[in-house]
Amino acid sequence: MYERKLGDVVLQVDGISLSFGAMRVLNNISFNVRQGEIRSIIGPNGAGKSSMLNVINGVYHPQQGAITYRGKTRDLMKVHEAAQQGIARTFQNIALFKGMSTLDNIMTGRNLKIKSNMLQQAIYWGKAQREEIEHRRKVEEIIDFLEIQAIRKIPVGKLPYGMQKRVELGRALAAEPDLLLLDEPMAGMNVEEKEDMCRFVLDINDEFGTTIVLIEHDMGVVMDLSDRVVVLDYGLQLADGPPDEVRRNQAVIDAYLGVSN
Amino acid sequence: MLYREAGEFKSTYQADQAILTIRQDRWFMWALLAVAFVLIPLVSSEYWLGTIMLPFLILALAALGLNVLTGYAGQLSLGTGGFMATGAFAAYKLATAFPELNILIVILMSGAITAGVGLLFGLPSLRIKGFYLAVATLASQFFLIWMFNKFGWFTNYSASGVISAPPMAVFGDNFVTGPYATAEAKYLFTLTLVVLFALMTKNLVRSNIGREWMAVRDMDIAAEIIGIKMLPTKLKAFAYSSFLCGIAGALWAFVYTGSVEPLAFDVNRSFQILFMIIIGGLGSIMGAFLGSAFIVLLPIFLSNAPHWVGLNIPVDLISHIEFMVFGALIIFFLIVEPHGLARLWQLLKEKLRLWPFPY
Repeated sequence: MYERKLGDVVLQVDGISLSFGAMRVLNNISFNVRQGEIRSIIGPNGAGKSSMLNVINGVYHPQQGAITYRGKTRDLMKVHEAAQQGIARTFQNIALFKGMSTLDNIMTGRNLKIKSNMLQQAIYWGKAQREEIEHRRKVEEIIDFLEIQAIRKIPVGKLPYGMQKRVELGRALAAEPDLLLLDEPMAGMNVEEKEDMCRFVLDINDEFGTTIVLIEHDMGVVMDLSDRVVVLDYGLQLADGPPDEVRRNQAVIDAYLGVSN
Repeated sequence: MLYREAGEFKSTYQADQAILTIRQDRWFMWALLAVAFVLIPLVSSEYWLGTIMLPFLILALAALGLNVLTGYAGQLSLGTGGFMATGAFAAYKLATAFPELNILIVILMSGAITAGVGLLFGLPSLRIKGFYLAVATLASQFFLIWMFNKFGWFTNYSASGVISAPPMAVFGDNFVTGPYATAEAKYLFTLTLVVLFALMTKNLVRSNIGREWMAVRDMDIAAEIIGIKMLPTKLKAFAYSSFLCGIAGALWAFVYTGSVEPLAFDVNRSFQILFMIIIGGLGSIMGAFLGSAFIVLLPIFLSNAPHWVGLNIPVDLISHIEFMVFGALIIFFLIVEPHGLARLWQLLKEKLRLWPFPY
């Protein structure tokens, strides 16, 4: 096995605590993500993994702690700003635009790159049309990459679950993100679908150099794909390190298998 | 057999992104335009053009406007009548204050003014959604109508509150409003505008702004996470929708009825247009026209049908039957296809693609 070279820290999460009322969802979580790595967050249900992604994404605002992304400590940010900073994500429960085709969903992922204004789009001549064709080309590359040519024009509401997950990944990729947050991309899939998805995750990381933060329950997948793993349980950070190290950690084993007291 | 896409290959993205990608669809559209622009003015009587085709086209334009807002951007609105009234009064004020302005400019400017008003009443949409937003827009409906009734400035202090549109021409003495205007001129003028705005709307909804609207409609939080800003996107929908409704209102008052009165734009009008897009098809350009045709043309057809087949039924009975049949048809169509007539048309085309071999 070849040695993976990890770059500088792109995302530093420092002492994050998040509560909803009296409920503490995240408690003093700290970890970092390095350029080009696949970083996994694991933990039992309700551990706060998705909340952690939502904090990174700017959907939730933590009460304590700081997030430094690309050397800049973040102020209170609006939800749409994450995308401007090159952060894209997929959702645990698919959040596609159901009435639109696969093509339109992925095209929507490129919304920040389209510069023509409303009047130009109304006339659909010159710049607006040029842009539409140019972005279509990019989107077709993604469609080829994810092998979803056949469902290009089908409304995504009609697609099977596994395909919807793939389209959602496509929409995130369309933004050409630096940091890709994947919230359980393989949940509810069969073995073949999981293998496909793993291949896509590795290829994205390898070909585009995208840094990936991954939440996943399938331990085999996590241990194979990840460079480093953070383990959460009930909002607490149990462990942080390479897969082999985490696998042997007694606290992690206890959290997953239960302890007899 | 007649209608199929097999054998049609597209080698450019431009061709694949055209409005009508199937050849037969393009022929059909050209034929439809030819009928609308040439045949109908030639064969129709003054009555047909002036009292049936005109309101059909104008209400289709208003339905198009509401469909952008409700069907594409997912913002339920009951303020259509108010926005149409805004367009009508804006056109009246502009035409009386600057009599030398061309009717086209008056109509476009009144659309722009209505867009501004729509923008203002769209602001609550950032915070409220669905039925609550519908109630908020209902408030705008009542407020706008009240305002036009209350302040004499809007009617140039006319005693009756009903004012007539001044005669205006597109160029030369081609009058499209006032007593000198022929029904043909009114019809062609309205048709041209409606076709142009339908094309413009189609272009918008197949471009980035249209995708942003639909993204907000289908899943607003995901839309925001991929970088779509809620407020500007919703406000653009409100502005563009009101723009079309304002133009429809101006056309209604100037070209169709020739008088500007708030009563024509009460809450019933808002509901009527909402029903048009529900029956015609939410999120469809075609749907706006089909819905308008259904609501405007069908009652006329129903009230004349017994006469055509030679039945002599008393007038009051006809009007009762008309209501019953009309109501039954609305229910029938909504059960057969809740997504509207446009979807029915779509399904028909899909069936036709395979016909006569059902595989």
